[in-house]
Amino acid sequence: MSDDAKQSVVRCTLNGRPRRDFVPDNMLLVDFLRETVGLTGTKIGCDGGECGCCTVLIDGEPRHACLTLAAVCDGTEIETIESLDTGGRLAAIQRGFNEKLGAQCGFCTPGMVMAAEGLLRENPNPTDDDIRAGLAANICRCTGYVKILEAVHFAADELAGRSEEAAA
Amino acid sequence: MEYMPDFKLHRPDNIEDAVKLRAEEPDALFVAGGTDMIVNVRRGIEQPKHLIDITAIQELKSILPDGDGLHIGAGVSLKELQSNKDVLRDYPAVAEAARAVAGPTHQEYGTVGGNLCLDTRCLFYNQSEWWRQSNDYCLKKRGDTCHVAPGGKRCFAAFSGDVAPSLLVYGAEIDVVGPNGRRRMPLTDLYRNDGMGHLTLEAGDMLTAVRLPKALAGSPSRYEKARVRGSIDFPLAGAAVRLEMDGKTVKDFVVALTAVNPYPQIVKRTDTYVGRELTEAALDEIRELVRKQAKPMRTTTVAPWYRRRVVGALARRLTEELAG
Repeated sequence: MSDDAKQSVVRCTLNGRPRRDFVPDNMLLVDFLRETVGLTGTKIGCDGGECGCCTVLIDGEPRHACLTLAAVCDGTEIETIESLDTGGRLAAIQRGFNEKLGAQCGFCTPGMVMAAEGLLRENPNPTDDDIRAGLAANICRCTGYVKILEAVHFAADELAGRSEEAAA
Repeated sequence: MEYMPDFKLHRPDNIEDAVKLRAEEPDALFVAGGTDMIVNVRRGIEQPKHLIDITAIQELKSILPDGDGLHIGAGVSLKELQSNKDVLRDYPAVAEAARAVAGPTHQEYGTVGGNLCLDTRCLFYNQSEWWRQSNDYCLKKRGDTCHVAPGGKRCFAAFSGDVAPSLLVYGAEIDVVGPNGRRRMPLTDLYRNDGMGHLTLEAGDMLTAVRLPKALAGSPSRYEKARVRGSIDFPLAGAAVRLEMDGKTVKDFVVALTAVNPYPQIVKRTDTYVGRELTEAALDEIRELVRKQAKPMRTTTVAPWYRRRVVGALARRLTEELAG
C-alpha cells in the first residue's frame, strides 16, 4: 500500500463516488477533504478531537476527521456533510436544523449534523437523553443545545412519517 | 497545533509483521484509534519517523469466550466493549468504564489497548510545543525540571485511562507479543509508579489482548469518574469497585483507582472488610482508606485535595450502592 516516498494509495468511496488518490502518509483526513478534494463543509475547530466540528461518517459511524489519517481510510466509505442532500432536497436532519433553528453561528453545525445522522441511523427513535449522549462529543459554543435537540427530534419524526409535512 | 511531522505510515495486517516493524524501527509508535496519540503527535510531544497503524489486524478485534475466561482483543473499540453482551452481563464495570471514556465519537474508534496504554497526563505536558518550550519543557519530555514538584527527580503525570481500574478489580491478565514471542501476565504488571515510564512494555512489545477470568463472571461491579466536562473528558479521579456480599457481610471486595497516581492501582487492605458488615462507620472507613492511598499531584487544573476527596467519596458511594 505504501512506498518509500511516504505516500500511500487511498481507494475509498467519498460521498458515493469511488476515488483513488495518492496521499502523504502524514496527511489528516480533514486536510484531505478540505484541501485535496475541496469539500470545505467539514470544519476544523479545536483541531484535537475535543469539539467534534470535523465529524464525518466512516463506514456509517461518526469519526473525527482531524484525528484520522487519510491513509488509513483505504477501503472505507466516507460521508461528509455534502453528501446528505438528494438532488438539492435537504435530508431530514438538515431540514430539522433549518426548521427548528438548530444552527446559530453555524460553525459546529456540519459536525452536529453528521453526528446526529450517525445517531439516527443507529437509533431512529432517540429520547432526549439518547440525543444528549449521542451528541456528547460535539460542542456548540453558542450553547444552542435545546434547538439542536428539537432539530434531531424533528428529523426522527419526519423519518418515521410522524411529521405534519408527512401527514399532509 | 503543529504541522504533522514527516513520518512513514505502515499498515501491517498481522501481529508478527507489526512486532517485526517495531523492532526494526526503534522510534516507531503503534497507533490504533489515535484519539490521544495523534493529538500528542500534533502537539510535537511525539515526533515519530514511523507510525505503525494496527487497525488492519483483524486478529486484534474479537471478543471471544476463551477456555476459562473472556478474551478481548486490544483492537476492540470502546463502543464494542460497552455493547458486548458477555461484558455487560458478566463484567458490568468494564462496560461502564468504556462508556465513560471521552465522548461517543471517540468510543467508536478508540480501542481497549489504546486506553490501557494511554500516555500519562499532566498540566505541564499536554500542551502545545510553544507552550512547553516557553516553560522550558518538563522532566517528562525534553526538560530537566518537574513543574509539579520542582526539585524532585520524579514525574508525577497521572495515568488517566478509564478501562484499566475496571479490569483490575476482576484480576484481568494481558497477552503481550514481543520479539521473543508471546507471554501472559497480570494487568497489574503492565504498570509501574513512574509518570515518565508507566508501562513495563519493552521495545518491540505489543499488547494484543486482555483476559477476564470466568471465575469472577457475574461478580457485581461499578465504575465512576469525576471530570470537568460531564460530556467528554479525562477523569480527575476514577474508582472501580467489585463487591460480593454474603447476606449482610462482605464476601469479596476490591477497589481500583485511576487518575490519582501515575499508574492505575488496586487499593490495599480492602480484604480486611471480608466477613464484616458494611455499616455507615465501615463505609466511612473505606472512604478514608481510599483517600489515603490516592496521591494526586498538581497535574490538572483541579486541586489535588479535591481529587483525593472525590475519589474517596466515589468509592464509598459505589460500595454502598453495590451493597444494596
